[in-house]
Amino acid sequence: MRDTRIRRIVLDTGIAAAVVVAMGVARGVYSNELMLFNFIIFLTLAQGLNIIYGFTGYLPFGYVGFYGAGAYGFALVVMHLHAPAMIGMVAAGVAALVLAVILLPLLRLSGAYFAIASMAAAQAVYEIVANPDLEDITKGPYGVSLADVFAPAFSYYTALAILAATLLLVVWLRNSRFGMSLQAIRDDSISAAMAGVSVVRGRTIAWLLSALIAGLVGGVFAWHISVFYPDTAFDLSVSIFATVFLLFGGATTLCGPLLGVFILYGIYNVIGIAVPQYFQFTYGALIVLLVLFLPNGLVSLLTSRGIRVP
Amino acid sequence: MLIGAIIAGIVFGLYYTLVGLGLNLVFGVMRIVNLAHGDFLMLGGIAAWWLFTTLGLHPLASAGLVIVAFVLVGLPLYYLVVPRLLRSRDSEMLSLILFFGLSQMIEAVTTIGLGSTERSLPPRLLGVGPIILFGTRLPKAWIFSAAASAIAVLLVYLYLYRTRLGTLTRAVMVSRDEALATGIDVNFVSAVAFGISIALAGVAGVFAPFILGSITPNMGVAINITAFAVIVVGTLGNPLGTLLGGIIYGVSLMLMQTYLSSWANLLPNLLLIAVLLVRPEGILGRRVRRA
Repeated sequence: MRDTRIRRIVLDTGIAAAVVVAMGVARGVYSNELMLFNFIIFLTLAQGLNIIYGFTGYLPFGYVGFYGAGAYGFALVVMHLHAPAMIGMVAAGVAALVLAVILLPLLRLSGAYFAIASMAAAQAVYEIVANPDLEDITKGPYGVSLADVFAPAFSYYTALAILAATLLLVVWLRNSRFGMSLQAIRDDSISAAMAGVSVVRGRTIAWLLSALIAGLVGGVFAWHISVFYPDTAFDLSVSIFATVFLLFGGATTLCGPLLGVFILYGIYNVIGIAVPQYFQFTYGALIVLLVLFLPNGLVSLLTSRGIRVP
Repeated sequence: MLIGAIIAGIVFGLYYTLVGLGLNLVFGVMRIVNLAHGDFLMLGGIAAWWLFTTLGLHPLASAGLVIVAFVLVGLPLYYLVVPRLLRSRDSEMLSLILFFGLSQMIEAVTTIGLGSTERSLPPRLLGVGPIILFGTRLPKAWIFSAAASAIAVLLVYLYLYRTRLGTLTRAVMVSRDEALATGIDVNFVSAVAFGISIALAGVAGVFAPFILGSITPNMGVAINITAFAVIVVGTLGNPLGTLLGGIIYGVSLMLMQTYLSSWANLLPNLLLIAVLLVRPEGILGRRVRRA
């Protein structure tokens, strides 16, 4: 029993390490750095969303709110205090955590109510950041420029480090007592509470971790891109992409979201950029078919036959 | 200025009631959220624009055509996706995702077919010059749209409370399982409700150019948030509640635009979050939801 557990952890960690190393090596081999960087962004976001949706069943449609908060946390500190990028990254994490704490009451809602309320919350933050009245602070809708700290290589490897940390977190959740208790809460919160699991504590921790990851990703996005607008930092399609990648692959697993990103975002990069509408259509159709015929994602093809997927 | 804002708010509120009504009907009967509602509204607007520019059809005539056409689209759409969706483990949650996918498809097809430009109809179609109501000057087009919305709401009320099918619909709203056990053709009742809902979105779309200014293929998401705010503020699954929600929403929107215009876009979002947190069952509602 103990041996299987250790074997599982080694296998999971191995997969995580392979992905991180591959993305690191790819930068030296492949010249389109921005595309690779976007892959890292979505790999991380899909796993961050996996932590809250896969393990607790809450699906925040407004997940991008934390990403945007992180991007603007980074931008504000760098613009106004002329802080170095690493301080900016700390600010990105703090901004997302503060937003997550403010939004903690949303966890009282469930299902569709939670999803829609979180989307409204993300839109509300966007309306505040993009408000022309706050131009002195946030530059309003006109966007920010962070040329002072521009460092493509450093920010790329920082993003990679965040991905590595997130993957390890998921590996830990899949193999730890805490992760198991979260899944118990997701499946039946009343029974879990009766068995002595602290429901509120578990959900809160998962929510904050998930928000922190999105905030850090937002921060590193701001750092790497260095010129962006509120429309890009709070683009709802960031949430949607991450959600679809996660659901396509299969939540609660390590491989599911990874597969989702590599397959779907791969297709997007081949056909989507030239004719975004054809991709949008394919995407929409894929979502519909997925919900109707494969609601638990690609990995359920195996898991429903009793095969464990890392 | 205050009176003016309130009167304009009520006029807008009637329109927003129409926007939310269909979404509420579907949620009430099927416990699913049609995230493509805003896109059907957009299609209704496009249809009205197309019928006017090619055939010179008056928006009122278009509204009639749109109702028929959208019911005919809604019925097969119901049988295609909803029964299968309702059999799944967590249909409420999955419906969000499924209809989001549908909304993406509609948006993509519209953009491919017509481009992403804004389209509008000349307001003079619904009468020239303002109407003065309690000392407030309002464009005739607004009054017209509000009146059409009020008629639609009234018809839905009569359908639900004065017809046999409406009574069956309300029975399904109370309990789908018990309705099934009593021998009600739940699928047929739901399909009709779904068709009506799509038609209501379409009609709201026909009047959208006059109230919202223009139609764009990607307007669906914003409309959905607004519609959801309206029906949550009112009461989920209660058409009269939608009226209250719509008017509260319209009046507060107009007050915000009058006194704090640059922050007006925040309103639907904040209103929605506040009501969900403080009184999730809505203003008229009994407790219907497990939190």
